[in-house]
Amino acid sequence: MKSILKNRLAWPVLALVALLAVNQIFRGDFLSLRMQDGHLYGSIIDIMRNGAPTILIALGMTLVIASRGIDLSVGAVVAIAGAASCAYIAASPEPASPATAAVAVVIAVVAGLVLGVWNGFLVSTIGVQPIIATLVLMTAGRGIAQLITDGQIVSVTNDSYKAIGAGYLFTLPVSILITAVVFILAAVLTRRTALGTLIEAVGINPVASRLAGLRARNIIWIVYIFSAFCAAIAGLMISSNVTAADANNAGLYIEMDAILAVVIGGTSLAGGRYSLVGTVVGAFIIQTLTTTVYTLGIPPEVTLVFKAIVVLTVCLLQAPKARNLFRNLKPASPLRTKEKVAV
Amino acid sequence: MSPLSTVAPPTPRKSFAVRNRMRTGARYAPTLATLALFILMFIVGAGMYPSFLSGQVLLNLFIDNTFLIVLAVGMTFVILTGGIDLSVGAVVALSMMVTASMLQNGWNPGIVIVAVLVIGGGLGLLMGLVIQYFDIQPFIVTLAGMFLARGLCYVISLDSIPVTDPFFTGMAQARIPLSEELFISPGVLIALVVVGLAFFVLHHTRFGRTVYAIGGNENSAMLMGLAVKSTKVLVYCVSGLCSAVAGILFSFYSLSGYSLAAQGMELDAIAAVVIGGTLLTGGVGYVLGSVVGVLVLGIVQTFIAYDGTLSSWWTKIVIGGLLLVFILLQRLFTRRTA
Repeated sequence: MKSILKNRLAWPVLALVALLAVNQIFRGDFLSLRMQDGHLYGSIIDIMRNGAPTILIALGMTLVIASRGIDLSVGAVVAIAGAASCAYIAASPEPASPATAAVAVVIAVVAGLVLGVWNGFLVSTIGVQPIIATLVLMTAGRGIAQLITDGQIVSVTNDSYKAIGAGYLFTLPVSILITAVVFILAAVLTRRTALGTLIEAVGINPVASRLAGLRARNIIWIVYIFSAFCAAIAGLMISSNVTAADANNAGLYIEMDAILAVVIGGTSLAGGRYSLVGTVVGAFIIQTLTTTVYTLGIPPEVTLVFKAIVVLTVCLLQAPKARNLFRNLKPASPLRTKEKVAV
Repeated sequence: MSPLSTVAPPTPRKSFAVRNRMRTGARYAPTLATLALFILMFIVGAGMYPSFLSGQVLLNLFIDNTFLIVLAVGMTFVILTGGIDLSVGAVVALSMMVTASMLQNGWNPGIVIVAVLVIGGGLGLLMGLVIQYFDIQPFIVTLAGMFLARGLCYVISLDSIPVTDPFFTGMAQARIPLSEELFISPGVLIALVVVGLAFFVLHHTRFGRTVYAIGGNENSAMLMGLAVKSTKVLVYCVSGLCSAVAGILFSFYSLSGYSLAAQGMELDAIAAVVIGGTLLTGGVGYVLGSVVGVLVLGIVQTFIAYDGTLSSWWTKIVIGGLLLVFILLQRLFTRRTA
């Protein structure tokens, strides 16, 4: 039992289960799933579908944070990707054809990759602090998105494009499937190759890893590109879900949610170790928290206060200083001395 | 310096003095570059639009940015210690909401202002304590503070609350004439008092010297026996107080409280401080530089307002670009002096 509780994922999973239980108590049909018109429906599916963009961005953010960085620009990348794809579809001669949607997706992804290269360049080559380097794009990005959409909300009608955020495939929402694919991709790339270890090495000590012969610069570049790639796909999902690009509000504060998900999932903000599964659990907790607030009949705007309390609690639980404080309060020291004697 | 160098062995002292002078020169350079940029923009503006060249356009930069000036002052303290405060925009909004709702319920304006200052300073103090005593990154603590303050805004009211109190409307409409045609608002005077106070505290008190020492090297400051802990907590309290003052000034300006007000203002404040020449790693920077930084942001906006063809989103792009240029300049200077 003790070893289970010591697992890094134990507390986030427990919190998620507790949240789901609270919802089930207040709404009897919360955990039930049903088939309708060949699609799977239910609150759990809704939570996953609404949380898909946050999960995606949080996955990218996990690797950035593991390298001891942070990416504040993801919200702006979401806005730019959505703006670029919607503006292309709206301006194309055949706005409803699947080919147009495909090109729009490519444009959004390429835009994301370029922005990732830009962030990575500032951090790895110029050596600017990550929080500041990405702050530049965070500030300018929404302006660029507005420039693309000309300050308007660009709405599109294209069934293929709509499918990205609102469609169904194999009875499941497409957005969940896309997120799953990116998750598997990230997990395989970082855990079945040395990449994950290298990222952690850079996060623990960039100088030492460089002296050890590691191309730290390229590793840092890769994580920022991956983060922006995830943000671009999330941007596609968000704009496709509402079939419109809103340069001002698309992905607003999503960087905060993503960082929160990463931290709840047990990844240390100091870099060096990370958990992709933890991040997914963390993102689910945030999305379920939002749903819980609705279920309990609390005004949804109050969610922010809940989030603040959750961030602080999680950070305090993670902080070594706070842990020491709790440990000193507990009179549990005899056990430890006994263990020492036995050894 | 020079009399000293004649007394001591000449060669090493002299070279040290020369290097030292260069280093202080490099320290002033970013701020002077900002000032030069501001003057250049003003001249270009005057060349393009004849009505630009008036004292009132200059004074309007102050009148329209009183709250940002005060915010940037508080942010300068935090950044000088090597920290960051993301909560300032949300605390401004919270201050406005508290002001508006308390006034609506018939409280005395004096009590309202004191209450707002206590709330802002208290929130800052709380964040500072968490940052210092639990050793959590300032970025994440102030992010939580931002969520909290914004959430509390929504708890107070979802709608905009108008301010009809005679003292506040009086402050909003009051004009202090400087000459026949020139005038400023009372808010400008308050902002200038805040700037003066900050200047005095940073450059002429033990607290200010400790702020610079922490930014230079926290461990050294600790070993020197400086009050590092309390100073690090207090800078967040100062920033919170400044946010509260900025909130009151914003209430004078807009005569309402709205939960969505001041969104993204923390970024403007950080940008102003950086453009004003304060090093983001801490230890180097001037409060007056931050004021010039705010004026540069203000003149960018004025430019875009004068040029009818440019849309408002260009402001964000230009500010982002300026931020980038100054960050790159900083890299250049820190590499040279390091």
